[in-house]
Amino acid sequence: MRETVLEVIREAVHEALEGRGDVQGAALEEDTVLFGEGGLLDSMGLVTAVVAVEQALADRHGLVVSLADERALSRRNSPYRTVGTLADYTLELIGPAAP
Amino acid sequence: MTVPVTLITGTRKGLGRFLAERCLARGHRVIGCSRKPAELDHPRYEHHCLDVADEAAVRGLFADLAGRHRRLDHLINNAGIAALNHAVLTPAATVERILRTNVVGSFLFCREAAKWMRRGGGGRIVNFSTVAVPLALEGEAAYVASKAAVEALTRVLAREFAAWGVTVNAVGPVPIDTDLIRNVPADKIQALVARQAIARLGEPEDVDNVVEFFLRPQSAFVTGQVVYLGGVH
Repeated sequence: MRETVLEVIREAVHEALEGRGDVQGAALEEDTVLFGEGGLLDSMGLVTAVVAVEQALADRHGLVVSLADERALSRRNSPYRTVGTLADYTLELIGPAAP
Repeated sequence: MTVPVTLITGTRKGLGRFLAERCLARGHRVIGCSRKPAELDHPRYEHHCLDVADEAAVRGLFADLAGRHRRLDHLINNAGIAALNHAVLTPAATVERILRTNVVGSFLFCREAAKWMRRGGGGRIVNFSTVAVPLALEGEAAYVASKAAVEALTRVLAREFAAWGVTVNAVGPVPIDTDLIRNVPADKIQALVARQAIARLGEPEDVDNVVEFFLRPQSAFVTGQVVYLGGVH
């Protein structure tokens, strides 16, 4: 399931980057910083990516999760900090519902 | 031609039902909701029973819609409740109930609608305020505070959703003869109407006119606005 979630996240981040005209295919590893200092995404890009992840999980896997989180803009504890932390957070929310 | 999909909250009766019928007459597919079942029967209308402030229920509704309609063009956040009372006599439970339906409910529908509108390349959201906000109407502290919050929400979301082509505006009706004002003493209504530039009760058509303007494709450059009826400002 982790690999499925990572794939969804990679596609969503690419969609967000394309949305702002950045079409260069960034290599997205688990430790790639998405948001915050040195991150690939600005705040609007992060929002777009998070929404795209939610929708891809719903469309393709029938999983309804809300990735809204109060810590979104926190520098230290944001679940959106890297590809890997976003995957951890998504899997935590999917929980036992994971197929 | 693509049939626009319009989601309207609070369609069981009153203004919400009127707006649903108007949108149906314009050829929209209309999704309505309210706490209780509605009697509106039309091949392009479907009704859902939910509390607009119940986050899980709202998310469930949008997940269901996304699966079946794949698009959402318009959201009309009409559902709202009021309570008239002097602040000194208003229990906290009443304030919380009003804030939940009017503010939390509007917020949840805006949030979920914007996500789906983004995919379709844009959309229109219309929230509901009231002239009681600029008039700072006494006896309606909780209601006015909730609608002032809806206005603030409208302005902020207009900016947050702009990049997705989603406009967010609000209409501020004067009193209309619906259940919302049925228990208000006639002299209070008369005093309120006297403060308007055009001193008469509102008609549902007056509200529909502003809503229809906000929904137009040509209104893509109009966002973050609150339009009051009756010449109140």
